[in-house]
Amino acid sequence: MPRTPMTDGPLGVLAELTHACPLACAYCSNPLELTKRSDELSTDDWRRVLDQAAELGVLQCHLSGGEPLLRRDVVDIVAHASGLGMYTNLVTSAIGLSRPRAEALREAGLDHVQVSIQADEAVLSDRLAGISSFDKKIEAARLVKELDWPLTLNVVLHRQNIDRIEAILGWVEELGADRVELANTQYYGWALRNRAGLLPSREQLEHAEVVTRAARDRLRGRTEVIYVIPDYYSQYPKPCMGGWGSRQLVVGPEGDAWPCLAAHELPLPRANVNEHDLAWIWRSSPLFSAFRGTDWMPDPCASCERREVDLGGCRCQAFQLTGDMHRTDPVCVLSPDRHLVDEAVAAANSGPDSGAPASPGPAREPVLVPVPALVSRPHRAD
Amino acid sequence: MNATVPRTGRPHVARFAKLRYDGARERHVLLGPETVVVLNPTGADILELCDGHHSVADIVDELGRRYDRVVDDEVTQFLARLAARRWVEIPDATNPDD
Repeated sequence: MPRTPMTDGPLGVLAELTHACPLACAYCSNPLELTKRSDELSTDDWRRVLDQAAELGVLQCHLSGGEPLLRRDVVDIVAHASGLGMYTNLVTSAIGLSRPRAEALREAGLDHVQVSIQADEAVLSDRLAGISSFDKKIEAARLVKELDWPLTLNVVLHRQNIDRIEAILGWVEELGADRVELANTQYYGWALRNRAGLLPSREQLEHAEVVTRAARDRLRGRTEVIYVIPDYYSQYPKPCMGGWGSRQLVVGPEGDAWPCLAAHELPLPRANVNEHDLAWIWRSSPLFSAFRGTDWMPDPCASCERREVDLGGCRCQAFQLTGDMHRTDPVCVLSPDRHLVDEAVAAANSGPDSGAPASPGPAREPVLVPVPALVSRPHRAD
Repeated sequence: MNATVPRTGRPHVARFAKLRYDGARERHVLLGPETVVVLNPTGADILELCDGHHSVADIVDELGRRYDRVVDDEVTQFLARLAARRWVEIPDATNPDD
């Protein structure tokens, strides 16, 4: 059962249809500068991009954002991707997943729905999301199951919700989710700014891992339980995106293509689908060629026996923590910059309640930088 | 492991998965939410027979005919691997609505 593709084409495309979102989570993956709705790709642009992606060998289309349901043409985009034989996956907050909308998406061929869950109950969930949304999410998750879609629940874990993991898994069971992704926050963009309020303590993580192992046993055969550890607590970095420009590509709302979700922060030349076709962007653009393979690696990666295992780790993390995107991922214990990670971990494990970092003002909870949300208006309204 | 692959069971591809031919790679692929399995020709032949009608024994017979050799273990191991990852469901014939 070989799993290596026969061509060099990407397997999946992550289509970030919009940066607009009704939620305002402190770990939002949106860039710090949001694309205005009036600058978003049109429906025809997306159809062209998907055609080119299919020709390149793309087999999966993940529709994300922001909140992809804020695009009025999301049904047309799903229908197009599905018509090309792609496995289509909607990654949503579930806000806006009304019954008629859901039925139209089902009709259009949508294969899978991933609903984000912030916590196990409304008060905390709504505080984390910045909007009253928990009850709507639960209702939408039930609708997904009722329409006989496979359901994945996506849970971003951090120090303010990780202690609720048992109750969150209770919802997973009650809703009959087919998969759950319990993914610790990755510290880019907004999450990096809010890191002190998000990075869990070692004790919190150990508890979460015990609970997750038990749930995996209990739910075996019913629900696939995926747990992503926070790489700050790892010895070695993650092989980010399975290698730069190797398996996946991201297309943002304005048509910029990227090898990964966070790469827009890197000082690299842009590659936009309105200026080039996807085949050129994937195969020949300076952006996608920048960190392919292992030739770009500095030491300690260049001479390391793990260089083909973790592929130098994450370029975005290297850049965000050191200011130099060519350096070894500071998460690696062999990195000369590991102290940058150790300092953040130490801060998360000191202080009065086994780790709340010293925060300004009287609040015990660290202050989170508010994430701006684009108001959800039709394209022309901006 | 073969306990999960009863010879009377009638396997079908899980409802979340999609089996299709990929022209770009000239292979059949099994698609799921976060995974792509690029299949070799034998694997593709087995999965195409996983239609809820053929039993495991039928698939073994059919593959044996096509390849002119004994494929019993090959088929059951392949199905056991995919069943463990929930790509394939194998309800037992004694309980067809399972």
